[in-house]
Amino acid sequence: MKSGGNLEAVLKAGHFAITGELGPPRGTNVEVVMKKAQPLKGMVDAVNITDNQTAVVRMSSWATSLLVMKEGLEPNYQMVCRDRNRLAMQADILGACAHKIPNMLCLSGDHQKFGDHPKSRGVFDIDSIQLIAMVKKMRDEGKFLGGEDIDVPPKIFIGAAANPFGEPLEWRVHRLAKKVAAGADFIQTQCIYNMKIFKQWIDQANDMGLTEKVYVLAGVTPFKSLGMARYMQKNVPGMDVPNHMIKRLKGVLKKQVASEGIKIACEQIEEFKEMQGVAGIHLMAIEWEHKVPQIVEQAKMLPRPQVPQEPQEPQEPQEPQEPQEAGE
Amino acid sequence: MIVGNAKPIEEVLSMIEPFDKLIVAGCNGCVTVCRAGGEKEVQILASALRLAREAQGRPVEIREVTLERQCDPEYVELMRPYVGDYQAVVSIACGAGVQFLAEHFSKTPLLPGINTGFIGVTEKQGEWSERCQACGDCVLHLTGGICPVTRCSKSLFHGPCGGSVEGHCEIDKEVPCGWQLIIDRLKALGRLDLYEKLRPMKSWKTSRDGGPRRIVREDLI
Repeated sequence: MKSGGNLEAVLKAGHFAITGELGPPRGTNVEVVMKKAQPLKGMVDAVNITDNQTAVVRMSSWATSLLVMKEGLEPNYQMVCRDRNRLAMQADILGACAHKIPNMLCLSGDHQKFGDHPKSRGVFDIDSIQLIAMVKKMRDEGKFLGGEDIDVPPKIFIGAAANPFGEPLEWRVHRLAKKVAAGADFIQTQCIYNMKIFKQWIDQANDMGLTEKVYVLAGVTPFKSLGMARYMQKNVPGMDVPNHMIKRLKGVLKKQVASEGIKIACEQIEEFKEMQGVAGIHLMAIEWEHKVPQIVEQAKMLPRPQVPQEPQEPQEPQEPQEPQEAGE
Repeated sequence: MIVGNAKPIEEVLSMIEPFDKLIVAGCNGCVTVCRAGGEKEVQILASALRLAREAQGRPVEIREVTLERQCDPEYVELMRPYVGDYQAVVSIACGAGVQFLAEHFSKTPLLPGINTGFIGVTEKQGEWSERCQACGDCVLHLTGGICPVTRCSKSLFHGPCGGSVEGHCEIDKEVPCGWQLIIDRLKALGRLDLYEKLRPMKSWKTSRDGGPRRIVREDLI
């Protein structure tokens, strides 16, 4: 075991995993965190805690992670490259692991232009793939980027994101390959609506042997309304919402759109369960956390497996691997 | 070249507010090419300032000067005989020129008349765009001659990010995705193998993060 966490154990045991998502509050309101965390308990194997998502300031991901851990949920601590340099990143990783946060998701981050502080400086000292490599080096080699030894290296299950719908499409799987080569243990994808393009992407990933090296969790976001579906189709970069889904939502009574959205999501989940190379789903019920129990039940994913934790193996230091920090 | 752009006339007027005897100094280098700080722009700015101050009932005397370059000491020194006769200098060279004049003429206030933009190219008449961030460690041979530090909004070394849509960047439809450009060019060169390699974390030591930079050439000293 790399982390001793639940998500890793569930995936390693071959169960079809599910992760959720929780956006921290814009303030110190702990009650909001608890309210969002409550319905996720027992429903997901881990929950992503976003990091200043859409470049809007929120309670920090690691602090919110600690709060949800108190509630009995396992966090997937997100970190973006936009807001901190390699010193701050390494410090935060040590802190997170000292508090037994077992999972981490490495992201570039939305550009600061989109958020509430468009005048801020974007850091981008390293990018998401280099962040993966950095965490792996810290964990497996027990070294800081600067080359010094870490006194008790962090234990962490390394996650990364993938967008099968970003352009150029034919090169997307090669970017996934780079994330795997850099050391990602699991992948969570962008929200999937275009099943055909996703299928092509996962087939390519299977052919390249990538899904044997990394667990891929397919991103699922149920539509809450027709407006949301249209907004995602038109305004969210890198999102591919096919017209037939919009049509399907249009075809039901207004008060039934939300349940139709959930129905679509559950049908997708059924397909993912059968799809070679897909190890689980990442359910992003955006500001709809209270619906998660219904969705997970309707998707026939309950009860969640209880996997006994294996004792942690002592880690042998490994040979350094690319990418190393330049000039150090 | 270094590309600059004129400051709003109101901003320059407020800078020169305390003075009534000035030099407006241009530069025959980059800022002449990008039409921000050459001889012609000196004339235009000086005339605009004179007219505005006359309208305020506080006329200003302006000497118009354009140096060959404001970033070389031999040209800067040409101003020494008369600079003391004026209360201030408005320089419409790049930031390097403004500062170099300030260093040479310690008793004269130096006022920037343009905003220095970037190291870039002329796209077409009246349009310039950025190409280089002067990071001090060029990787263009690995990226198809397109700079990821400059052309990617996030300076990613492993792009494109999820925000690349139809060849443009998520920040603006007018901004091409740097990594789409890199992939297209590598494809044209038959060098997509370069795209598949992992790149080391960049050392920003050679960039501004290493502190103000200096190049010393022993062979020329």
